[in-house]
This record gives sequence, C-alpha cells and structure tokens, in this order.
Amino acid sequence: MLAFLVQRISQALLVMFVISVIAFAIQDGLGDPLQEMVGMSVSDEEREAIREELGLNDPFLVQYFRFAGNALQGDLGSSYFYGEPTLDVILEHLPATLELVIGASLIIVVFSVPIGVYAAIRPQAWLSKFFMGVSTVGISIPVFLTAIVLIQLFSIGVVVDWFPSDTGWGRWLNDLLTTEGGLPSYGRGDELTPLFGTWETGFLSSDGLAHLILPSVSLASIMLPLFIRLIRAEMMEVLQSDYIRYARAKGLSAGRINFLHALKNTMLPVITVGGVQIGIMVAYTILTETVFQWPGVGLMFLEAITRSDIPLIVAYLMVVGLIFVITNTVVDLVYGLVNPTVKLTGKKA
Amino acid sequence: MTTATVSRWDRFRESFFWYSFKRDKVAILSTLVLVLMVFAAVFAPLLAPTDPYDLAQINIMNSELPPAGLDGSDPAFPLGTDAQGRDLLSTILYGTRVSLLIGFGAVVLQAALGILFGLLAGYLGGKVDSILMRIADVQLSFSTLMVAIIVGAVFKASFGNLMFGEIAIYMLIFIIGVAEWPQIARTVRASVLAEKKKEYVDAAKVMGFGTPRIMFRHILPNTLSPIFVIATVQIANAIISEAALSFLGLGMPETQPSLGSLIKSGFDYIQSGSWWITLIPGLVLVVLVLVINLLGDWSRDVMNPRLYKG
Repeated sequence: MLAFLVQRISQALLVMFVISVIAFAIQDGLGDPLQEMVGMSVSDEEREAIREELGLNDPFLVQYFRFAGNALQGDLGSSYFYGEPTLDVILEHLPATLELVIGASLIIVVFSVPIGVYAAIRPQAWLSKFFMGVSTVGISIPVFLTAIVLIQLFSIGVVVDWFPSDTGWGRWLNDLLTTEGGLPSYGRGDELTPLFGTWETGFLSSDGLAHLILPSVSLASIMLPLFIRLIRAEMMEVLQSDYIRYARAKGLSAGRINFLHALKNTMLPVITVGGVQIGIMVAYTILTETVFQWPGVGLMFLEAITRSDIPLIVAYLMVVGLIFVITNTVVDLVYGLVNPTVKLTGKKA
Repeated sequence: MTTATVSRWDRFRESFFWYSFKRDKVAILSTLVLVLMVFAAVFAPLLAPTDPYDLAQINIMNSELPPAGLDGSDPAFPLGTDAQGRDLLSTILYGTRVSLLIGFGAVVLQAALGILFGLLAGYLGGKVDSILMRIADVQLSFSTLMVAIIVGAVFKASFGNLMFGEIAIYMLIFIIGVAEWPQIARTVRASVLAEKKKEYVDAAKVMGFGTPRIMFRHILPNTLSPIFVIATVQIANAIISEAALSFLGLGMPETQPSLGSLIKSGFDYIQSGSWWITLIPGLVLVVLVLVINLLGDWSRDVMNPRLYKG
C-alpha cells in the first residue's frame, strides 16, 4: 500500500511540475510585464535597466525556478486587469463555480441512480427504452445549446398558438406547450448570504436558488446521459453474477436483491468514474458560466483571455491543474483502497 | 481491372456489413440524413440563395426577419435572417461546410497522430509505451475540451484577434487534432497488442522485414476496423468541440461562421425575441452530430464491440 501511495503521489507531483513548466512557458512567451508597468515615454535604456532589475534577462531556468518558488508560496503574480494578486481573484470567483458544480452533481445523483437502475432491471420496458433514447440524443447536444434552449423555455418563455383555440384539445395543446418563463438566467442574484471569507452562498435564499436552477440543470445535462448509461451497464453486469443468482434461488425479495445486494457493487466503479467526471466538469463550467454570465472562475478565465490578462490565465491553469491532479490522485487511492483486486504496485503482470 | 472492381463490389454486397446495414432502419435513415447534409454543405455555393461572405448582397434593413410562416417574414428568406441581415439558410449551408471541414480535418490529423503513436506504443512497448500512454492519460484526465480551450486561448493571445480569425480553420483543426489524439492512440495500441502476438507477425519477422514495414504494412491493416469505428465517433466529437470553441469566441470569426459561431452570434439576440438566429443553427448542429453518433454506435456493434473500449 505504501509503495502504491508513494508512486501515485510522485506521479501527481510530476504532472504538476509539467503543468507549471507549460504555464511558465506561456507566461514567458506571451506576457511582457514591462508593457503593463511603464508607459510609452520611457526610454530604451530605462526599460533595459528595469528588465535587468526585475530579472527578466535571466536564463529561462533561473526565471522558472523563481516562478515555481513563488508559486509554492501562493504567489502567482498580479492580474493586469484587477490589479490584485491572481490567487485572490480566483478565490473570489471559486465559490460561485463550486456551488454550480455541487448543484449539478446533486441533480446527476438524484436522477441517474433511479433511472439507471430501472433501465437495468427492466431493459425491455418502454420507459427504459425511452430513457436510453433520450440519453443518446442528450450526448449529441452541446451543453451551451441545452442552456440556450432552457433560457428560451423557462426564462423568456414560449407562447404557442398553433392549434385552434376554440376547440378543447387545441386549447389544451396550446396551454401544454406554452411556458411561463420568468426564471432568472443571468448571474447569481443579489440575495447572497456571506458564509466565511469571500464565500457568499446562494443556497440559503430562494432568489439564490432560483438563479442556480437553470445553470446547474444545463451543466448536469452533459453528464447525466453518461451516468445513466454507466449505471445501467454496471448494474446489468452485476445482475448476471453468481451471487445474485444465488440470492434469487434463496428466495430473497426482488427489491432486496436489486437495491441491497446489486446496487452496492454497482456503485463502486460509478463512484470512481464519477470522481474523475466531476473534475472534467470544470471544462464545461466555462461554457455554462459564459451562457449564464455566472460570475465563477470559468467566466473569469474567458474574460482574462479576451483581455490578454496573462498572469490570470497562468494562475487559472495552475489552480485548475492542481484541482485535476488532486481529484485524480484521490480517486485512484480510494479505488485502490476499496477494491483489493487493483494491482497496487502497478508492475507489469 | 474492371473484373477486380466488380468482384470487390460483389464481395461487399455479400458482406455482413452490408447485410446488417440493410436491416437497420436507424442506420439507413442516419446515412440518408448525413449524405444529404454533406451534399448540401459541399455544394453550398451552388445551393445557397445568397453568398453570406459577400457584403454587397447583404442589406442591414433585412436584419432579424423571422422564418417563413411567422408574422413579418419575407419569402426571400425561408429561415429568416440574422442580426446583420444575412439569409440564415445561406449562412447555415456555409456554416455546415465549415463545421464539417474542421471536424473531418481534425479527425484526419488525430488519426495520423493517434495511429503513429498507438503503433509505436503498442509494437515497441517498454519505455516508449509507458511515456506515450502516460501523456495520453494525463491529457484525457484533463478532458479534451479543456486542453482545446487552453491551446486555443494561448494561440489567440499570441496571434491576436485579426490574425487568428484569418487562419482560424487551420488553427481549429490543429487544436482539436492535438487535443483528441489520445482517444485514437489508445484504441490502436489495444488492437496492436492483440495483433502482435499472432503468427503472421512472427512470419514477417522471420522473413527479415524491418520494424516500420511490419508496423505499417502488416499490423496496421488489421487494426483498421476499430480505427474506423472510433474515427466516426470522433468526427462528431470534433464538430462539438469546434462549436464549443467558436461559441466561446476562440474559433471561427463571425465573418466566416461555422455552426458554433452562428449559435454564438444569435445568442446575443435571444433576449430580444429572435430565437431563430441561434436555435435553427443549433438544431442543424444537433442533427448532424446525432446522425454521426448513431452511425458510430451502429458500426461499433457490427464490427467489433470488444476492441472499442480499448
């Protein structure tokens, strides 16, 4: 176990090192701090003097080690646009993104488990086929398009008057297809409750929750089909196994077999895959936050790109890289702990 | 040579591939829709009523006209117009062309990279294998979209807006190709590992053929069917990635729009009630991606479900 732990952690450190080299190369290649610091009127000699003083003429490796040393102490430079340390800017925006991810994860768990289990227990039922069909279509819809459709339906609202309104069925169809709209689709609202530090939560007010609905449903929509398929596939495999057949032969009730014996073993791979997927969700938060103008790190990153705010871009890369590396390592370790069949040392068989 | 082609055609007609295709309604329908869309995209300059790239044909007075059948629509614009007064049908035809071109180009690039690295990793094994696959793992754990967004952001920052717009097609092919090669490399590696234990490889070695010749002339042809399956799905993924990048402003400029940048430019007007500018290109995108995915699912079931997972 210890060897496995050491191997995984050293691998994580190696990945983090590569990320920091890439991040520094971007900063070195694209950012010219001098241009931001001094005006046009400064002469070339003075520029050169400042360059020398800032250490910008040092060799790449010397500059890299300075960058890495500062990064280890939590100093990733200052944002051109905000004029604050980049890490502070990111920490200000992080709670919004985290709440979005939490909201989406809740939706995924609440819907994917029952639907996936149902589709595995009754693969031939029309409802299962309907869910599987919807999830195939769902995979083909990009997340920003889901978001736009949701905005049109539930924020702007749709009035349908295609059917004759003087007949009962026409009015019924019109009413059925007409949506109210009115759900907020912009930002997080004003009623945020301060938690601690820079964390202001939208979970504690009805206005904050209302703002959370559309963005989290959009973000969940991209992962939900994947999880439904995964849970269904795992569950079907488990239901084929000997111990389930034995439990059936023993005369246990179907509910007990399905939900106590089978579901337990289904959830193991689902949880580990789920951990990795939640890391991947970070990429999709950029799209979701752009559509809803959600003031999280994704939107901040995109704005940093349009403003050519190089230090902020680099800091975002480092922070997101760290989040990815930590989630992946933890998921690996947890999987190694709960599933003893994993080859702990990773040696070739 | 005619006899050879005829017999090949006959062989195709008697194959399991063709047999199962004929029996699958979903596959036939998807193929029809896909062929229709590719045809419309290829011949867009002939089919489109107007040329959206030609400023002389655009009249700003025609902006935001709704599609046919709604109040205030103009029969000259069956799908309505966008905010700049361009005919939406024409921009969608040209946009599908750009999206398909990028999707196809990106898959050609990632297939080239993926096949090369997959063959090297699978056949040579050892250090080469572990280094290449470690890179692939790391890249996949970051999700291909994230890698594409970061590379796109760096390119955009280093080239500047104007320059990036001009070479956007090549940039996007490069970005998406580089971001997604691990998917194909893994599939290739998995099938190479299975193939290289077979006797024909030993025979080729005994006959004294060089490693490159064995890799490309002997093993590669036997791994083509899983490559074909994953490449189909990857075209759909590449089209979605392109749309996502364009939607974020890291892709095609509005002067030369793809489906993604059409959706983006329409999104700015959705609050004013002009839903068609964004939702009609969106629908076209979804249909395009869906039929490719359905064909990918179908060909995976027919060809080799086992090798697909890698």
